[in-house]
Amino acid sequence: MTEAVKSAAPTGPRKNVPEPTSDTAAYWEAANRGELLIQRCRACGQPQFFPRSICIHCWSGDLEWQRASGKGRVYCFSVIHRAPSKAYAGDVPYVLALVELDEGVRMMTNVVGCPPDEVTVEMPVEVVFERLTDEIALPKFRPAGR
Amino acid sequence: MVMGSLRGATAIVGVAETGLGKGTKNALQLSADAAREAIEDAGLRKTDVDGLLTVTPVEVKQRFYASVLSEYLGLTPRYLNALEVGGATAATCVAHAAAAIAAGQCDTVLIIVGTARNSVWGRDKTVEALASVGHPEFEDPYGPLIPAMYALIASRHMHEYGTTHEQMAEVAVACRAHAALTPKALMRDPITVEDVLSSKPIAKPLHMLDCCLVSDYAGALIVTRADRAKSLRRPPVYVLGAGEGHTHEAISEAPNLTSFGCVTSGQVAFQTAGLGPKDVDVAELYDCFTITVLVELEDLGFCRKGEAGPFAASGALRLGGALPANTNGGLLSFANGGIFHITEATRQLRGECGARQVPGANVALAHNNGGIMSNHCTLVLGTEATL
Repeated sequence: MTEAVKSAAPTGPRKNVPEPTSDTAAYWEAANRGELLIQRCRACGQPQFFPRSICIHCWSGDLEWQRASGKGRVYCFSVIHRAPSKAYAGDVPYVLALVELDEGVRMMTNVVGCPPDEVTVEMPVEVVFERLTDEIALPKFRPAGR
Repeated sequence: MVMGSLRGATAIVGVAETGLGKGTKNALQLSADAAREAIEDAGLRKTDVDGLLTVTPVEVKQRFYASVLSEYLGLTPRYLNALEVGGATAATCVAHAAAAIAAGQCDTVLIIVGTARNSVWGRDKTVEALASVGHPEFEDPYGPLIPAMYALIASRHMHEYGTTHEQMAEVAVACRAHAALTPKALMRDPITVEDVLSSKPIAKPLHMLDCCLVSDYAGALIVTRADRAKSLRRPPVYVLGAGEGHTHEAISEAPNLTSFGCVTSGQVAFQTAGLGPKDVDVAELYDCFTITVLVELEDLGFCRKGEAGPFAASGALRLGGALPANTNGGLLSFANGGIFHITEATRQLRGECGARQVPGANVALAHNNGGIMSNHCTLVLGTEATL
């Protein structure tokens, strides 16, 4: 279902690399294997993202990991023409987006695998993983079915 | 509907706007200038101040900044803090000051918001520093910058309601037209909708002229008891209502991408004041980006959800229009401090705005937004006639 799209070859200033915490270690470990996880509360059944130690809906601490299908839709997006720092300058223009997963949670990401001009709101997408370091692969999304 | 006990208990009696642009002074020095200007405006003395509220400037690393500032100014207040809701902080300081005074904790609060970010960092480093304000694991790795986070809001608003970039641009055009009438404003050359659309793209749909300025500045306000306010130099501007609303920190966690805590902040402020959107003569709406004004117009109840684009395009926000807004040019053209929405609202209700005066203004609304539409504070202010 998922594969690493490309290896990181950092040149110059470094991009922001996630530093896993005790809340998120399982998420990043799964992403490193090409798997997208979200949390689901065993007490109330609701999903949530990003991972936390507490359910944001009912405050239960009884949360479990669920493998997401990796499918969703672009909820909103922006084509970035001015990089926040030199580390991202080579990527310009690139797409920042919120994707709503089929499971009902939203996450920030980049839409890759198509020209920025072709991205539209509600466009179906599927997850791919982009390797940043040996330990961290970043979930990104490409148009579904390509 | 029961009006809140905060209504009319306090008044803004001194204002200052100083250090706009790029200079050699640091935040403490700019703040000292603003304090002096505000106390003179009020006709009070430094010894009258018994409360201090501020915000830690983005470029300052020192902690306990309110105490640092208080010490720099030689104050020994009985009420002191630095509040921390980003761009919403100035209005939140007024809300807190009014509540503290009404509760008898202090009598006269000095509010100062000052920053030397432009001189200390410059524009590029400011953008870079403010590019790490997203969630460190789930947002920052994707290369966001603040305009891009707000562009996500514009994207969804355009999708759900058909809002156009031209309509958003009307906000910038109105602000610039008002700045042209404001001597202190940083950007005063008129612009057109076409100028906005053809300005450099930053994070589409937001272009350069959709984005607020980056500058140094210091603003100050003096809030005191209503009974004391009557005997001072300027006509008092009474705090009739204040409200807050908070829904998220990171934009990817926002429950809704087109409606935010401004719904709650407006409702609470209006309820305390016993007034509604129809009563507002002049509105100073937080304009870090053009889209935020459209969202605030809707969420605060000035027009229905989804209709702010046509409302702005109708010229309603201009002086002489249905809802004159951002009469000094706002963050887009005056200077990028939310405190200046409050100093301007105060000046409008005092009747001292000259060419940009809204005739007979009795009720003003000032709104501040922090984070990525994360934190909101609405103030409803009124003249003596509203008491």
